[in-house]
Amino acid sequence: MTYLHNIGAYFLMIAEMFRKPTKWSVMKQLILKDIDDLIIGSLGIVAFIAFFVGGVVTIQTALNISNPLIPKYLVGFATRQSIVLEFAPTFISIIMAGKVGSFITSSIGTMRVTEQIDALEVMGINSLNYLVFPKFIALMLYPFVISIAMFLGILGGMAACVYGGFSSLEDYIIGIQTDFIPFHITYAFIKTVVFAFVLATIPSFHGYYMKGGALEVGKASTTSFVWTSVVIILLNYLLTQMLLS
Amino acid sequence: MIEVKDLHKSFGEAHILKGITTTFDKGKTNLIIGQSGSGKTVFLKCLLGLFDYEEGSIAYDGEIFSQLTEDEKRNLRAKIGMVFQGSALFDSLTIAENVMFPLRMFTKQSKSEMQDRVDFVLKRVNLEDAHKKKPSEASGGMQKRVAIARAIVNNPKYLFCDEPNSGLDPKTAIVIDNLIKEITEEYQITTVINSHDMNSVMEIGEKIVFLKNGFKEWEGSKDTIFITDNESVTDFVYSSNLFKKVRRMYLDENQ
Ligand SMILES: Nc1ncnc2c1ncn2[C@@H]1O[C@H](COP(=O)(O)OP(=O)(O)O)[C@@H](O)[C@H]1O
Ligand SMILES: [Mg+2]
Repeated sequence: MTYLHNIGAYFLMIAEMFRKPTKWSVMKQLILKDIDDLIIGSLGIVAFIAFFVGGVVTIQTALNISNPLIPKYLVGFATRQSIVLEFAPTFISIIMAGKVGSFITSSIGTMRVTEQIDALEVMGINSLNYLVFPKFIALMLYPFVISIAMFLGILGGMAACVYGGFSSLEDYIIGIQTDFIPFHITYAFIKTVVFAFVLATIPSFHGYYMKGGALEVGKASTTSFVWTSVVIILLNYLLTQMLLS
Repeated sequence: MIEVKDLHKSFGEAHILKGITTTFDKGKTNLIIGQSGSGKTVFLKCLLGLFDYEEGSIAYDGEIFSQLTEDEKRNLRAKIGMVFQGSALFDSLTIAENVMFPLRMFTKQSKSEMQDRVDFVLKRVNLEDAHKKKPSEASGGMQKRVAIARAIVNNPKYLFCDEPNSGLDPKTAIVIDNLIKEITEEYQITTVINSHDMNSVMEIGEKIVFLKNGFKEWEGSKDTIFITDNESVTDFVYSSNLFKKVRRMYLDENQ
């Protein structure tokens, strides 16, 4: 029952977020600040993780192909497929659910418990539009982050190949070009956009509707991370089945 | 002037306000007092339009809030200033930006006009050189002043304060109370203040509404609160030894 109630409240929140827009001159600054906090601020960690996990994917693949009949370029191929299809869009999104998600929940939650949201409402400002809409817009740049993750993941694989001696650079480059299906990129970016929406809205929901004090802000961040991840994983399953099979 | 008629407010099963009728006058500091949990904040949030209520009406200078259109409600809100219990300053903005916020939101003033106004109100609350500080770098008393400055920057007709001196030392508390009173008189604002502090009652209790168990138990002023024989009120007033002593001295003097 409370689940249904919360799901209903979540969709009402999304509808409310688009109503009564905040003055553009103010909104512009909010969006820029959120782009800085949510997108630019995540590039470092995303780049770091993508590069090294890309390398590990390559090493694992190479080590598990011991049969001499399997062509060497398969390492590059497998690395590309796993990074483009799953690692970059899904795995990075789970990490972002922790990083960006808990930031969103705790910052909005703190505004709730310190009555800053009430202060906005008293002034007649649509606080959902003021707080959540700029995050939603900022996260529309999320595919850009994921592109970087894809690129660096494949680059990391290349580095591991060459420096670890698992296959030659030529084989790897042939591998990452083998059987390229453009729709896979479309599929990955459809997922990315959906996950961006989830990343902006579910943590906002948990922050906005939280009750209590500072301790509950911490709890809300944890709950928000759990739910954001669960929803991403479920949507990932549904989208994959819908789009690829 | 604000007129409240038979106001009822519940949260689910919990009936918090059980029919409150009273008026708050213009140019005066009106106090709502009562124990913690007696519904002061809920009452104030109903006055602010933050909470819906099941029954009753609230009229601002004759305009009944629930009968206004969305646009009229918005216009009315622009005339309301609020000082929250914890100040509720936006912590991502500097003190000057906090005070400027309502102007940026609701007026078409130029940057320099806004800055002049911000300088003026910050000076009015005796905070001349804190513009660039973040709220987290300011003391509790300073934060309260900033909150007051933000509440009055757009020339409100109505000012609401939720326990404006909670968490302050007694001296700063009195300064804040008197600041609110001066501003109220100076700009002829209808001011409603929540408090459980007897010092505020004595300093600025021009009109006092005493809440208990969701009812308006008593109504009067700082002149009548010490001589009433309403037991709930005397219980509240003389809960501290200091005031018991004051009462004895007062009665001795007047015998
Ligand atoms: N948003 C809310 N939801 C449910 N109950 C509330 C809410 N706000 C206040 N209450 C209840 O209303 C009662 C009065 O609270 P409040 O107005 O905050 O008291 P105070 O006089 O100390 O300001 C309390 O019992 C409180 O639990
Ligand atoms: Mg209260």
